[in-house]
Amino acid sequence: MTVRVQTEDFDVGAELAAMRLASKDIGALVNFVGQVRDMNDGDVVSTLTLEHYPGMTERSLESIEVEAKSRWNIVDSLIIHRVGTLQPLDQIVLVAVTSAHRGEAFKACEFIMDYLKTRAPFWKKEATADGERWVEAKISDDDAQGRWANAIDKPVSDK
Amino acid sequence: MMNIKVLYFARIKESVNYSTEDIVLPADVNTVVALKTLLAERGEVWADLFSDKQVVRAAINHELVDDMMALKDGDEVAFFPPVTGG
Repeated sequence: MTVRVQTEDFDVGAELAAMRLASKDIGALVNFVGQVRDMNDGDVVSTLTLEHYPGMTERSLESIEVEAKSRWNIVDSLIIHRVGTLQPLDQIVLVAVTSAHRGEAFKACEFIMDYLKTRAPFWKKEATADGERWVEAKISDDDAQGRWANAIDKPVSDK
Repeated sequence: MMNIKVLYFARIKESVNYSTEDIVLPADVNTVVALKTLLAERGEVWADLFSDKQVVRAAINHELVDDMMALKDGDEVAFFPPVTGG
């Protein structure tokens, strides 16, 4: 399990190849890449700046990975999250999970993203034509995390 | 007497114009909620933030906690808005 918080961009192809080739018992690799959009709440966004809480960020991401590994039979997981100032089309986050079969990796990857969105101490500030503004947390992100609260291995909404 | 370190992030950091400070706590301030009440007494900006008009999350020593959590000498306490990463 790996966590990296960095200002630099990352090479998805290289990261995924390294994870996929790490073990012959891996049969599935699922990943999510988040990137900066040029629109939010109806306004054009020119830049997005991410602040975080060094120390707590890494610790919270590591604990999310540990939680995912305790719920599903996965081989490995990787979280890379960028901080600093980004522009539309820049990559923000990569989550990747390997497992023997696809089901475990799909679920664990979605779980990690849902928990990251509500528990990891990152804050986005966006620059628009009207100036800078902090991005508001979304209720839908809390709902997405909440789906997993009572589920052993799947979102409650899947049943 | 308890000495703690307090950190502020994002919108809260900008509002109070502090990123970190050391605070010596009065004897009766020994929980997160009591610390919030103490901070709310500092003036208008602080009162707006720390008297429950806004959602302010708290962490102690890098762990998310609720407002009833007890404080210990040497703790690092952080206040921040709901997170928006990913």
